[in-house]
Amino acid sequence: MSWVSKTLKSTLGQKLLMALTGLFLILFLVVHLIGNLQLLLPDNGESFNLYAESMAQNPLIRVVSIGNFAFILLHVVYSIMLSRYNKSSRPIDYAMSKASTNSSWSSRNMGILGTIILIFLLVHLKGFYYEIKFGEMPMVDYEGVTYKNVFAIVAAAYSNVLYVAFYVVAMGFLGFHLSHGFASAFQTLGLNHVKYSPLIQKVGFGFAIVVPALFALIPIVMYIQSL
Amino acid sequence: MNLTLKIWRQKNNSDKGGFKDYKLGGVSKDMSFLEMLDVLNEELSAKGEDPVHFDHDCREGICGMCSLYINGKPHGPQQTTTCQLHMRSFNDGETITIEPWRAKAFPVLKDLVTDRSAFDRIIQAGGYVSVNTGGVPDANEIPIPKTIAEMAMDAAQCIGCGACVAACKNASAMLFTSAKVSQLALLPQGQVERKTRAEKMVAQMDAEGFGACTNTGACEAECPKGISITNIARMNREYFSAVVSSQNV
Repeated sequence: MSWVSKTLKSTLGQKLLMALTGLFLILFLVVHLIGNLQLLLPDNGESFNLYAESMAQNPLIRVVSIGNFAFILLHVVYSIMLSRYNKSSRPIDYAMSKASTNSSWSSRNMGILGTIILIFLLVHLKGFYYEIKFGEMPMVDYEGVTYKNVFAIVAAAYSNVLYVAFYVVAMGFLGFHLSHGFASAFQTLGLNHVKYSPLIQKVGFGFAIVVPALFALIPIVMYIQSL
Repeated sequence: MNLTLKIWRQKNNSDKGGFKDYKLGGVSKDMSFLEMLDVLNEELSAKGEDPVHFDHDCREGICGMCSLYINGKPHGPQQTTTCQLHMRSFNDGETITIEPWRAKAFPVLKDLVTDRSAFDRIIQAGGYVSVNTGGVPDANEIPIPKTIAEMAMDAAQCIGCGACVAACKNASAMLFTSAKVSQLALLPQGQVERKTRAEKMVAQMDAEGFGACTNTGACEAECPKGISITNIARMNREYFSAVVSSQNV
């Protein structure tokens, strides 16, 4: 066994992959959010549609998006492997456990939170990514050029109150997942320092609130606009 | 105090085991937890019953031999070793649940006694330093900054009781292993084996079947010696830098 595969099979190596893919997905959330906030611009979706088209045409974005899917898959596969291994490390559980006195609920339930986020992600990809890429799309003309009207299908989806509620709740779970995951990734990478760790924790906490809240704001605002 | 003790009884490693309830009266608030168990065992012996087996040695909080998962927490409600826990931490009439450490790598030998030799094997794998033979070296011959010495001593406070493993939802031994890696990696004396140590101790920790850390921080919160999880981050740094730069292909 080469030293690379031996390292990646060790508990620390698997944790390293979880941390690196997690941090990449955190970065993706930021980019995704900045793009999606254009849905709220008062131009009937023009800037959002132009942005969506530019993203679809950009070769760099296409490569990164393949990487993004690969990292999501890695994050999921390694979390399953680690969870199963961790479960096997304690075959008999305690009859009485007061875990809430020594650790946060989120930190102990990352697997459950992650599963919920994965379910959301599948619904989300089916509803938008798949439809935009392979579905029958409404079209729109700007200055004589025809574009896919991505804004229209987003607006249609967010006029359904159940869909909006599903999104808002899912973002809540994402927030809890991030509240542990953000700082935890740095700790796993060994980046724990008396000068920087308090800042990482504060930024992670803020990130876990602000980013999901802004994501949730989009369907809420668009639902209100649809009334 | 009158107490109801719900204690895990298990004849041997292959026995399935189960809880047994015991009523114990006349317990003084000033007794240590282990003294309370001594009283119970005296009663059981007098009745011709098998006493409850539990680990203990120094009873001064420094040897790391005592264990016990008491009322859902390792070493009980106080952040100290079980031998330093006193009955004033409990209430009259209370039911106290006492379980052994639960981890695949810590198999139950009998009742509340577990085999913690997995920790010894992790130490044997790399928790040592090479020293020259000959006369005793002069004190302070090797300059070590005060802050570094403090950090190494903080890590070296680990008594290897296994409360970190017991507290962790994954039965991970990373706080223990990282404390041992840290105390040696921080000091000049530990540099000779530095890379090999990190690689070997982590490999042995995995081989023993301890879980992977999910950074819940439960270990740090329950550690009777207050070992910090900054040590885990240091172990990760030591390990990752060792695997990419050591000569061990």
